[in-house]
Amino acid sequence: MSRRGEALLWLAQRASAAVLALCVVVHLATMIYAAHSGLDAAAILARTRGNLPWLAFYSLFLLAVTVHLPIGLRAVLSEWLGWRGRSRDATLIALALALAGLGMRAILGVFG
Amino acid sequence: MSVLDVRVWRGTEDGAYQAFEVPRQASQTVLDVVTHIQRALDPTLAYRFACRVGMCGSCAMTVNGVARWTCRTHVDKVAADDRLEIAPLANLPVIRDLVTDMSTFFDKWARARGSFSGTRSRRDDFARVAPQSPARRDVDAAIECIGCGVCYSSCDVVAWNPDYLGPAALNRAWTLERDERDAGRAERLRAVAGDAGCQACHTHMSCSERCPKHIAPTAGIAGLKREVVRAALKGEL
Repeated sequence: MSRRGEALLWLAQRASAAVLALCVVVHLATMIYAAHSGLDAAAILARTRGNLPWLAFYSLFLLAVTVHLPIGLRAVLSEWLGWRGRSRDATLIALALALAGLGMRAILGVFG
Repeated sequence: MSVLDVRVWRGTEDGAYQAFEVPRQASQTVLDVVTHIQRALDPTLAYRFACRVGMCGSCAMTVNGVARWTCRTHVDKVAADDRLEIAPLANLPVIRDLVTDMSTFFDKWARARGSFSGTRSRRDDFARVAPQSPARRDVDAAIECIGCGVCYSSCDVVAWNPDYLGPAALNRAWTLERDERDAGRAERLRAVAGDAGCQACHTHMSCSERCPKHIAPTAGIAGLKREVVRAALKGEL
């Protein structure tokens, strides 16, 4: 990858980390609230279905994960397994697409 | 008089530790211990030193698992139970005993464009750099590197990615990036970008913790990361 590409990947990882820091806190707080307030599945679905702010928040969360995880894994694969080059990057793009697809499926399942 | 149990690395990468007993002295340095072994116990021991006062950067070794400058490391501070294990610096090929081949280390300074490129001739007046300017203060904080290799030997990223330029070369590049007289700054940013450059640093900070001159290469590397990203966003990389 070009020097510019490497630098922009680094920036994307830092920016996605900043988004994740916020999203993970909100997500955990929501989970803890939902678990401790005795909401059942029907009550949770009643709150999430058709809720556009909820959809926007989790879509942003998913986007940050999709960007952040493959870039971090890229460094791990290079440094620990010595796996570099196009085969590694193609595998990670496939992983990112799978994450995005599965994540969006889960989000739409609770939204729709 | 008490005695130090000293284990010293002998041979090349396939070598082994050899045990010596060295008389304990007041204010004894690790370099004194190695010198005693070579002068009194085994003259075939190979090691490297020059100034003995922390200026030349040639006597760094791994002492009880930690890279240190041996001439300024007192035995008192590092020898728990009067035991010392002395090995060559990590992350560098071993030539023999405690002597490493530092060519790669210094070649990387050249790869990181670690030399000043000025624009003035001897006929021009002196450049005037304000001592309190932020750039000059950044240079001051990083300029006292003696090239001992302690940071390079302590760096996990160098161990994982042998092409990585390493803390010392990047620290040197940072001092030149912040030197307003230097004319090669754009080219240098290109040299320190990429897979083996500043962005590979994981900010473990072993270099900053172990630098005997109390330089923080991590801070300089962070500065380079910012400059490289700025250049990348402007399409100048």
